[in-house]
Amino acid sequence: MVHTKVPPGTAEHGTGSEAGGRSGRPRAPMGRRGRITAPSGPGRMAALLVSPTLLVLSIVVLYPTIMALRESLYGPKGLDPATGFIRTTEPFVGLRNYADILGAAGDRFWNAFWNTTFFTVVTVGLETLIGVAMALIMHKAFRGRALVRAGILIPWAVPTAISGLLWRWIFNSNGVANAIIGHQILWTTEGFHAKVAVIIAEVWKTAPFIGLLVLAGLQVIPKEVYEAARIDGAGPLGQFWHITLPLVKPALLVAVLFRCLDALRMFDLPYILVGAQKTSVETLSMLAQNEASNVRFGPAAAYAVILFLYVFLIALGFVRLLGADVVGDRAARAASRSGRRRRATAMRVTEVPA
Amino acid sequence: MTASAKWRTWLLYAGVVAVVAYCLAPFYWMLVSSLRRTSDIFDTSLLPSPVSFENYRAVFNPSQGFTRALLNSLVVAGTTTTLALLLATFTAYAMARLEFRFKRLILTLIIATSMFPVVSIVVPLLKLFTDIGWINTYQAMIVPSMSFALPLAVWNLTTFFRQMPDELEQAAMIDGCTRGQAFRKIIIPLAAPGVFTTAIITFIAAWNEFLIALSMTNKPGMQTAPVAISKFSGATQFETPFGSQMAAGVLVTVPLVIMVLVFQRRIVAGLTAGAAK
Repeated sequence: MVHTKVPPGTAEHGTGSEAGGRSGRPRAPMGRRGRITAPSGPGRMAALLVSPTLLVLSIVVLYPTIMALRESLYGPKGLDPATGFIRTTEPFVGLRNYADILGAAGDRFWNAFWNTTFFTVVTVGLETLIGVAMALIMHKAFRGRALVRAGILIPWAVPTAISGLLWRWIFNSNGVANAIIGHQILWTTEGFHAKVAVIIAEVWKTAPFIGLLVLAGLQVIPKEVYEAARIDGAGPLGQFWHITLPLVKPALLVAVLFRCLDALRMFDLPYILVGAQKTSVETLSMLAQNEASNVRFGPAAAYAVILFLYVFLIALGFVRLLGADVVGDRAARAASRSGRRRRATAMRVTEVPA
Repeated sequence: MTASAKWRTWLLYAGVVAVVAYCLAPFYWMLVSSLRRTSDIFDTSLLPSPVSFENYRAVFNPSQGFTRALLNSLVVAGTTTTLALLLATFTAYAMARLEFRFKRLILTLIIATSMFPVVSIVVPLLKLFTDIGWINTYQAMIVPSMSFALPLAVWNLTTFFRQMPDELEQAAMIDGCTRGQAFRKIIIPLAAPGVFTTAIITFIAAWNEFLIALSMTNKPGMQTAPVAISKFSGATQFETPFGSQMAAGVLVTVPLVIMVLVFQRRIVAGLTAGAAK
């Protein structure tokens, strides 16, 4: 990386190992150690610090993605219709895997596509509503707030696979869900109720988390703003609509974006709660995993690529259309105290994709 | 206090109770069910009567291989967390403290990878690992897990490093530390809570991973705990052993829940610190 610019205070640095390097003042970087600082600069050091991470990520993310793209253009080994021999290499089939997905195997793909979209829209919608309500309650409650926060972290800490089993047990035909509603519903069999079961389980696990993130956003809103609004005659609803919501929006938007992307790759919950290859709940992730585990890598890769593009488009839409500030670094250059605080909040809110 | 204010307080605490009940009721049900006997597993009473540890004994029946699964989970999640933190500490420091070209772009890319659909990398890696004989190995689970653990760690740590005032390092450097020494002697000790919180969050993410562990193993001896539990078998093929599944679920979850309760302040602080200042 190239030496760019040296902000005051960051000029002085070194490898930290040399004993004679205690020259002191950062304001005088060209002193005895000028030899070391001058040619390197923060750029060199940054490259040194950042490159291991980038290297690992290229190996575990970039390389597989390129492999998936390539793989999606190849067909299975098998009889070569031209020669009648069994091929040892996979034939290049161009876009046929994609054509098959959208054509011959189209029903299964479009079903999975709509399931994925349906789950994402409904769960994220419900989570946001419940999460915001939870945050408002927690924000107002002073006593017992620590207890509530601890409780709210528990659904987040329960492994999704375990929560799948737990809800499978709750939704058992003789389970507690049917006992409460007094009906015999076979929740985990094919049908719309299976979707409902998945949605309930997913919302249980993730809504509290949105609540926690929104709460963080609520806590930075100064009390004076509300006082001013009250003086101007705004009721509780008006305050919520005109103050709370706009001020929490950046935090909420990023939280919703990340929940959306997480919901789009949903796998564990429907897989365990209802099962593999169930039409009512099969998502794109399940479809791709199912194909891959049956050694049909070509179609599996094609599904994976389509899912990847879908996720990418949604993310792009959020950032471009809604202006979600994902990195939380936009105001970094200006870096006024308040700006910095706001940016820090935006960062924090997106910290832990549940 | 006026009547309406009292009414409002009452309503507020009803809301708090509702929130807590919403979060805890399913978890409580798992706990209660795990303590019932197999014969009264379908009871819907709120307390198990009599309390029985039959299910827990069934979980540790050698035929289920649950102890081994716990060990596998520990190895995979532990190694993933350690590696991710090691790399992420340096990267996050650079992101928070140094000015360099393409910083924003690089940070965006790193964060973007954490939201990558895991299945998109599992499919090609499954093929690769099959070819090189890595199926049923720890590295086959650890390597793909880095794809989400590393961005998560970088991101968390960057936030923590950003929150620490620049002046601390500058003071150290005025007192004669190099930047490296300032990092080692000032930043690392002060960032310890942040690093620790990041470790917990990364560990939980790795511990809860399911898709990779499911795809990369087919031998029961190499499965991680979540996969093993989902494949628990009952006495007969047609009986789902709900009791022992719940007991195993409790065993896998309780360490996390204890961690969350003990470090609740810290984990939430990781999410909210600075926001309140």
